[in-house]
Amino acid sequence: MAEGSVAEVKDALAQVGYLADEPAALVSFLAQKLGKPVLVEGPAGVGKTELAKALSRATGRELVRLQCYEGLDESKAMYEWNYRKQLLRIQAGGAQGDWEDVQEDIFSADFLLTRPLMRAIASPEPVVLLIDEIDKTDQEFEAMLLELLSDFQITIPELGQISATTMPIVVLTSNDSRELTEALKRRCLYLWLDYPELERELEIVRLHAPELPETLARRLVEVIRMVRELDLKKPPSIAESIDWARTLLLLGAEDIDRETFTQSMSIIVKHRTDIDLVAERVGVKLTEAPSPAS
Amino acid sequence: MAAKLAGFCEELRGEGVAVGTSELLDAFAALSEVDWTSRDDFREALAATIAKSQDDRRVFELLFERYFFRTAEAEAVQRGVTEHAEGGPPAGDGERFDMDELSEAIREAMAAGDEDRLRDLARLAIAAFGRGEGSGVVGVDVQRIRRTLGLTAGSQPPGEDGGERPPIDRDQLTGFERHLRRELERDLIERTETLPPSRPLAELDRALPTSPTQDLAAVHRAVSQMKRRLATLGHEQRGRRKGQMVDVRRTMRASLETGGVPLRLRYRPKRPRRPEIYVLCDVSTSVTSASVFFLSVLHALHDSFRKLRSFVFIERISEVTEVFERERDFATVAQRISSEGGVADVSGYTDYGRVWLEFLSEISEELDPRSTVIVLGDARTNGREPHAEVFAQIAERAGRLFWLNPEPKLYWNYGDSVMAAYERHCDGAFECWTTRHLENFVNVVAGAAPAPE
Repeated sequence: MAEGSVAEVKDALAQVGYLADEPAALVSFLAQKLGKPVLVEGPAGVGKTELAKALSRATGRELVRLQCYEGLDESKAMYEWNYRKQLLRIQAGGAQGDWEDVQEDIFSADFLLTRPLMRAIASPEPVVLLIDEIDKTDQEFEAMLLELLSDFQITIPELGQISATTMPIVVLTSNDSRELTEALKRRCLYLWLDYPELERELEIVRLHAPELPETLARRLVEVIRMVRELDLKKPPSIAESIDWARTLLLLGAEDIDRETFTQSMSIIVKHRTDIDLVAERVGVKLTEAPSPAS
Repeated sequence: MAAKLAGFCEELRGEGVAVGTSELLDAFAALSEVDWTSRDDFREALAATIAKSQDDRRVFELLFERYFFRTAEAEAVQRGVTEHAEGGPPAGDGERFDMDELSEAIREAMAAGDEDRLRDLARLAIAAFGRGEGSGVVGVDVQRIRRTLGLTAGSQPPGEDGGERPPIDRDQLTGFERHLRRELERDLIERTETLPPSRPLAELDRALPTSPTQDLAAVHRAVSQMKRRLATLGHEQRGRRKGQMVDVRRTMRASLETGGVPLRLRYRPKRPRRPEIYVLCDVSTSVTSASVFFLSVLHALHDSFRKLRSFVFIERISEVTEVFERERDFATVAQRISSEGGVADVSGYTDYGRVWLEFLSEISEELDPRSTVIVLGDARTNGREPHAEVFAQIAERAGRLFWLNPEPKLYWNYGDSVMAAYERHCDGAFECWTTRHLENFVNVVAGAAPAPE
């Protein structure tokens, strides 16, 4: 894949179910050609993690995922020595055997527990490495990643340097909750994923909920856009549009009138204060439900 | 081309976007992979390697247009010429004649939602009407052009051929106005060779905002910076502290490396205390915006504090905690606070003494050693009784008491300011007239840094 052009990348992604817009396709293309990592930022739920998953499906590479959280450190992200095994080896070999042999043995690759980053680097097959929500970690973690991102190698004091034989595609995602360090951004290509345009969102909804009639899907997307324009604590994301589409299918609704909306509102709006605000502003714009024939 | 690109990066650096040499090299590498005939691809490839945040992207967009695609204007003028030629102008009425065709074309583009075409038509409209008669104020020009083209929202009068025209949606019209505005701004940039003065700067050292309208971006920026700093609290414990407890489990784990012998002791991390905060803000005219800004920042950080109650005062106290919880828009908050009744009395001048009396009688039973009281004000009591002893009582009851003064230290105790009387009883008195001061103060409050002196 991706030998030719941006358009081919876009098609390949579309075939595995991810509708990318132009900047996303271009940056994915550049990432593969230049071998640089990609930093994807944007509000929650717009498809940043999905992009990495789609890239792995489209290129046929395995996805290695590192989920970041506060307090993540080297031993859980890169590698850790298997202390227990080492201790057992020392005790087992302690009676007879040369200290030199034991020492060499316990610091060999058998006694190394590989965590995701190490696995991605040392993998004989090319992989896609997804470092998810890197803005949740701290600056020390980012500093640790720098060597990996620029040269794709890891230095282990006892073993030496381990370089990647195959170039992984690295995708870092961030929710923009804090500023990442300059050093990290410098090494990456930058992509901002935002909420999509109406037509594109309509396509995405139809792709994931194909039985929904076109008119209803269009109405759904319009209402969601109205909701997003309000100043909410958590605006609805694309994943929530899709959930809502599926809900409407299950409810068997034919149109989004006020009643259906109030019933299913909690699928897209997830805070108490937001629910009040949305009911007030958007609910009144919708038509009343037709009265049941009596 | 290389020189032009390097020049572009110099311009970006001048506007505060940090572009390193390695990023420039990446940009060249990226451009060699991309087809240059597509303008969007060209721009996106440059942006992906050079503009690494949303703020940077905004500056990038403005400068990009100026640098690379000036020819669009020349094109618009040319197209004006051809349109002239097509219909055969009536004598001396060259401009008028364009208008209907242009108007029709714009309506079609709006109905079709074609953004690119709208942008080109906006350029055309400006080239045809905007230049030379412009007042220089972008908003006025936008409206003038819109009216000349006869575009209003809602249902339309029937077209020239008598047929029905679809009504124009207000949003579509706003979109077109937005294009007009951007093109006019671009035009202005080219003519004056500078960026408009309201571009956002990425510095922290700006003065606190003086009017509510310019603040939202500033609040967000300050808040996001401070949140990050507050989140890393507790990770830096330098030096030895007395009374740290050994964490047995972690010590045992670490001792595995050394064969079961605990050579390195691990200590329990000292969690920073989450204080309870009571804030009192002066909202008399001299201090209002700074107060509201400060309150917004505090409330945005509310999850770092155990409890947060905020009050505003001029002559009497009024609690405004719910205002912040209900409203998230900064402008609405500012407006609600200023219209809250019961804060000002007849004269509208601050009376600190009375405020302390009220605070002492109403709220101070709830103060305990864990609470922090913050006062934001300029200590100008307009000649009234300062009641410093009441203030001292409050200081005794609260765990910590801080004073933030939005005036520089030079002005303290000058005129009717009684800062000295209050400063004695405070755990810290800070001047607070730039965002950096504010940030330092928030660090002190949240316990990360010890109060100076």
